[in-house]
Amino acid sequence: MSAASHGEDGVERRDFLVITAGAFVGVGAVGLVWPFVDQMNPSADVLALSSTEVDISAIEPGQSITVSWRGKPVFIRRRTEAEIEAATAVDLSDLPDPETDDVRHKEGKAEWLVLVGICTHLGCVPLGFQGEYDGWFCPCHGSHYDTSGRIRKGPAPTNLEVPEYDFVTDTQIKIG
Amino acid sequence: MSFQTDNKLIKWFDDRLPLVTVMHHTFVQHPYPRNLNFAYQFGSILGVMLTLQIVTGIVLAMHYTAHTSMAFDSVEHIMRDVNYGWLLRYMHANGASMFFIAVYLHMFRGLYYGSYKAPREMIWMIGVVILLVMMATGFMGYVLPWGQMSFWGATVITNLFSALPIVGDPIVTWLWGGFAVDNPTLNRFFSLHYLLPFVIFGLVFLHLVALHQKGSTNPLGIEIKGPADYISFHPYFTVKDFFGFAVFGTVFAVFVFWFPNYLGHADNYIPADPLVTPAHIVPEWYFLPFYAILRAVPDKLMGVLAMFAAIGVLFILPWLDRSRVRSAAFRPQYKWFFWIFALDCVVLGYVGSQPAEGLMLVISRIATIYYFAHFLILMPVLGWFERPKPLPTSIAEAVLAGKTSTSEGEKA
Amino acid sequence: MVYRSIKVLAAALVGLGLTTGAALAAGEVKPPRTVDWHHSGPFGTYDRAQVQRGFQVYKEVCASCHGLKYIAYRNLMEIGFSEDQAKAIAGEYTVEDGPDASGDMFERPARLSDKIPSPFPNANAAKASNGGAYPIDLSLAAKARVGGEDYLYSLLSGYTDDTHGHECSTGTYYNPYFPGSCLAMPPPLLDDLIEYVDGTPATTEQMSKDVSAFLTWTAEPKMEERKQMGFKVIVFLIIMAGLLYAAKRRIWARLH
Repeated sequence: MSAASHGEDGVERRDFLVITAGAFVGVGAVGLVWPFVDQMNPSADVLALSSTEVDISAIEPGQSITVSWRGKPVFIRRRTEAEIEAATAVDLSDLPDPETDDVRHKEGKAEWLVLVGICTHLGCVPLGFQGEYDGWFCPCHGSHYDTSGRIRKGPAPTNLEVPEYDFVTDTQIKIG
Repeated sequence: MSFQTDNKLIKWFDDRLPLVTVMHHTFVQHPYPRNLNFAYQFGSILGVMLTLQIVTGIVLAMHYTAHTSMAFDSVEHIMRDVNYGWLLRYMHANGASMFFIAVYLHMFRGLYYGSYKAPREMIWMIGVVILLVMMATGFMGYVLPWGQMSFWGATVITNLFSALPIVGDPIVTWLWGGFAVDNPTLNRFFSLHYLLPFVIFGLVFLHLVALHQKGSTNPLGIEIKGPADYISFHPYFTVKDFFGFAVFGTVFAVFVFWFPNYLGHADNYIPADPLVTPAHIVPEWYFLPFYAILRAVPDKLMGVLAMFAAIGVLFILPWLDRSRVRSAAFRPQYKWFFWIFALDCVVLGYVGSQPAEGLMLVISRIATIYYFAHFLILMPVLGWFERPKPLPTSIAEAVLAGKTSTSEGEKA
Repeated sequence: MVYRSIKVLAAALVGLGLTTGAALAAGEVKPPRTVDWHHSGPFGTYDRAQVQRGFQVYKEVCASCHGLKYIAYRNLMEIGFSEDQAKAIAGEYTVEDGPDASGDMFERPARLSDKIPSPFPNANAAKASNGGAYPIDLSLAAKARVGGEDYLYSLLSGYTDDTHGHECSTGTYYNPYFPGSCLAMPPPLLDDLIEYVDGTPATTEQMSKDVSAFLTWTAEPKMEERKQMGFKVIVFLIIMAGLLYAAKRRIWARLH
């Protein structure tokens, strides 16, 4: 009888010992994969990238500036009375993502609107003072945002994100 | 008998792209000598190491910056901030050393059992080409962290080409892309360091095609004669190779986790400074025997040629060896000379690590002469004078004879 | 110690001590005195109190000439400082930021994400202020010198007036542990040069040890994670090797 013919039926005869050894190899292989996956997640220095402080004293009502925070654009817009009015007057049932205007700005600071300038549809940067609601308009796929940064029309599913920020002084805000 | 299955999907697939058939042929049908011992494990270990080096390398390249002003910092970024970056870098750096340990053991196995002899010359010669490409890859990889040893290693090794008459200096300038090792050099080394492992991958494929054409050698050095002589790869060598991976992996892990910088040089944690040379430049350990040969020759050009000849002589080894018998097991004299040669390589490695002066220089010259004498004089001459021991008639006969004498041990 | 014997074994595996360094080659240099560090060995961890004292030595003594550019203030939380303490330490420093809206660079208090600022803007400025000698960045000092932290400790505590006949030129100082014997750094530590926050007597010996331990951490901040993971991986691999060997015996037994 040849040695090889042993091998043919030997393949089927798996016993507990062989299965355990195989399981160890499997677990080891899976464990080895994780570092290769996790290395693509944000590194410690990126995660630690802290806040940006912005001087807003030079912004006049009806103006907006764009600053960079964690590599993303942030809109800081000083709204006019009319714009605030337009934002508060909306019926919540007309909104795809209902939110009142006063949760979107700091208490007593209704004229200051701070938003992450990234369209919630697919990540383009919307243009300010444009679109049907005079808030923002995203040129990529036509989403219209109002003067509170809420989605009103178009494919975007949610309102523009409000980042974590605080007023350090009346003319200084700290984002992040 | 080709691969048979009732699964229609596999059949459809395999009929159009015969991957399953190829795998089946390789691992189930192809005959492997049943007496392959643990010295034959390094081939598969090298396959795993090559894969691991490629994977860790691709991942490191995602975080590394090939620019003289940022390379060193980007490596420290990997070590400190990237998730598991320290692990990946230490695996890659120590992996290179483990790769060379395995490749040298693989080659010594080939020398001992006469694997290079007809009809397997192509397997051996492709292997030597792989060694050369590996050396180039390892050398360029060591330059990338842009520490002091990186910089001065690059300077010294590229300057080897300046030994060539007339074309030497233009070649060196061309390699550098400037008038010294600088940013263009670093950039092209990074590019080539990324490319060459895939070239090695292609060469390994050819190495295996040639291997399957003529089949593996074995410790007895006689060819397979009948079905009792061989077994299938799976499950026998699958499980044996995995055991080999586990043992080799343990040694690898000891280096990575407990002695990650043991095989490196402290100087490479000092950023490259083109104005200051470290007091004592040595290449990575795996180049030391060749470095010793380079320095043993007093003439610059001859030294460089001797160093390349030390590898070049391996190409003609299949024709230098005049013995009719393959395995050292049946060559009583060659067996001795094999071990003397192995010792000679270790001695060359040691003197390569020491300053080339005084006694060390004398030893390196003797060891260099012996290195070449082994191939150019001993190998041909031994074939004429040596009286080999009688060969067994078949692998099975020898294996089963061994089994009866050790049957007590097998049962335990 | 087991670790020492593993070290010897590893050395034997590689062949002969192939990585002989510069220090030994120079001949007359004294080999560093070895210290049984808390972080030595396969289970060694950094002694938090010692490393924190070492940071104090760095901050109050070394930092006037030496940078530590790979360490951010957030990293201090890894050696046992609380977030508030780390923030307070960062607040003592100013870093350059900018440009601001009008294009000017400005100074602001450091934050956790900032790296420790170097004392000199570039190597030439550092050399110019130190009589032509370059005070190295200390982040990697413990890995960049043969002998590692033992060497740093021996060097710092090893200045002596007994020069064994060495003549050091003006502006250099004799130290038996330094390759070349004369170095440009004057003895940086004196007994009671600083007052430790935790009340430990600040002898030269103590400060040398503490700052060397601190610099071992700055050079290899992931050492604890590495050793702990290594132990698990190696135990796993040894068990796996044992199982595979048994499986190999079992499968090959079919060939009888």
